[in-house]
Amino acid sequence: MLSFIFRRLGLLIPTFFGITLLTFGLIRMIPGDPVEVMVGERTLDPQMHADAMHRLGLDKPLYAQYIDYISNLLHGNLGESLVTKSSVWGEFKTLFPATLELALAAMLFAVVFGLLAGVTAAIKRGSILDHGVMGISLTGFSMPIFWWGLILIMFFSVKLGWTPVSGRLDLAYDITPRTGFMLIDTWLAEAADPAANAGAFKDALMHLILPAIVLGTIPLAVIARMTRSSMLEVLREDYVRTARAKGLSPARVIFVHTLRNALIPVLTVIGLQVGTLMGGAVLTETIFSWPGIGKWLIDAISRRDYPVVQNGILIVATLVIVTNFIVDILYGVANPRIRHAK
Amino acid sequence: MSLLEIKNLSVEFGSQHNPFRAVEGLDLTVEQGEIVGIVGESGSGKSVTMMAMMGLLEGQGRIVADTLQFDGKDLLTISARERRKIVGKDIAMIFQDPMTSLNPSYTVGYQIMEVLKIHQGLRGAALKQRALELMEMVEIPAAASRLAAYPHQLSGGMSQRVVIAMAIACSPKLLIADEPTTALDVTIQAQIMDLLVNLQKSQNMALIMITHDLAVVAEVAHKVAVMYAGQVAEMAKVPGIFRKPAHPYTEALLKSIPEHSKGAHRLSTLAGIVPGQYDRPSGCLLSPRCPYVQDKCKAQRPGLTAIEGGVVRCHYPITAKEA
Repeated sequence: MLSFIFRRLGLLIPTFFGITLLTFGLIRMIPGDPVEVMVGERTLDPQMHADAMHRLGLDKPLYAQYIDYISNLLHGNLGESLVTKSSVWGEFKTLFPATLELALAAMLFAVVFGLLAGVTAAIKRGSILDHGVMGISLTGFSMPIFWWGLILIMFFSVKLGWTPVSGRLDLAYDITPRTGFMLIDTWLAEAADPAANAGAFKDALMHLILPAIVLGTIPLAVIARMTRSSMLEVLREDYVRTARAKGLSPARVIFVHTLRNALIPVLTVIGLQVGTLMGGAVLTETIFSWPGIGKWLIDAISRRDYPVVQNGILIVATLVIVTNFIVDILYGVANPRIRHAK
Repeated sequence: MSLLEIKNLSVEFGSQHNPFRAVEGLDLTVEQGEIVGIVGESGSGKSVTMMAMMGLLEGQGRIVADTLQFDGKDLLTISARERRKIVGKDIAMIFQDPMTSLNPSYTVGYQIMEVLKIHQGLRGAALKQRALELMEMVEIPAAASRLAAYPHQLSGGMSQRVVIAMAIACSPKLLIADEPTTALDVTIQAQIMDLLVNLQKSQNMALIMITHDLAVVAEVAHKVAVMYAGQVAEMAKVPGIFRKPAHPYTEALLKSIPEHSKGAHRLSTLAGIVPGQYDRPSGCLLSPRCPYVQDKCKAQRPGLTAIEGGVVRCHYPITAKEA
């Protein structure tokens, strides 16, 4: 198991270099530079422009800029925003809990309903229920996030008035951030001062529901389909027949003997969805004005804020890689054949 | 009263309009403590019959029978819940491939103890004690340490012993062994067979042995049912059936055993294959392949007729002189 972990860690080094090259290159391919964007419509004296670029170190040749960037990275320096002048890591830390809270809620939604739908469809294979569940999941998978988000806002927020349209919390509440997770912070605040903060937790929850559903829809569809096919495969296994021949209840056969084995490929898919989730968060946060990493990166790109884009994406990519890494290890926990392999 | 009584059992798969009869009009009785061998080619309905009886077909097959009784209980009418109290406890089954019959995600101990927990309500130390006893009964060396082993850490022979331990956990009245040695090495085959026969004697279980191995059947079984294309061709006592086969198919099976054809360059075979779903003859199912076929055989399906020591499905059973 240990050598397995080391081997997987070794693979990470080229991956990181690939990511730095990509972000470094892509952001510089967009026309315009940070100085031009800051100046905006006004015309700028070419000399002043050159001076500004020189101050930012952007007048050097590309390879030199890249070497500077990597050398800073290796020294643990993620740089600072060209616009706000505050450190990239600091900004990330402040905004990340919002994205994490949203992603966790979306994942919870996707895993719970995805597994449920997949297992049901597999058990009732070929029935109307099966076709219905799979049809809905295909629809969910093909749904453009921004359109789906707007439809939900129009229906639940505007027409029915059940949920707020955007943001994380109503302006009426003044909550001191402690964990950065709005659900926990509001809950703590309500416990500390019930009179002033009555209903804050519920308000935070209502703000969270729609974005979580929007962000969780694609992962839900993927998990449901994967669970179904994996369950169908395992249900044909001899050991499932053995379990039935033991006189076990159908529930035991399904949940103890089938699902456990069927979950192995599903776990991998759930891990891969973390990437989808991060990509989806960019859109979802923009639609719902959710103050998280996604919105931060979008803003940084439009300002050509090179350090924020490069390092923000690097941090997000690292998170995705680490999650997949953890999933690989969980895979070993779920499957003794992998755990015991040399 | 017989322990197991099956009369006129049919199992159909596929759609209502175009069904495939895997088993047709099967009769079988098994007495307490009896060893019954079921032989026949692949696809002759041996396993399906047993799976149908145990309720393992899970709504895929339609089961019709005049009688399907086990130990005085009507398996046709009892609820699924009632059936589960019998299956795994009073009727247990061992399958062909031990390497895939155990769940790879759970330890051997867990899988044995699961049966004891569900059917006998054992818990704690008594549960572990009984599991150990069972592993020792099936002659697994270092049983105590093997309880925590996962199936992939065991050899095929060991896995089959574990499967057997699971099957005999609740001292079943009837044990069904569905080709229990097919997937194993020849040396291990003999060990597993000995183990099964010894367990049958010590536990006084009835044992149904589904197999291709006529030698094994001749050695241990009290009674043999020869199946062909979903029907019982002949069912008779051992050793009578081996000395005087009454059905041409039984005779052909016996002739195809290598030891029986000393000196011959080629083994005796029966031309043709088992009829499939759509090409079943209207007469006797063996008629296209039977060396003794007559006009009546092609026109009319034979029923079961009583012969000495058993029954045979043939218009013109072979008499002792001819064989």
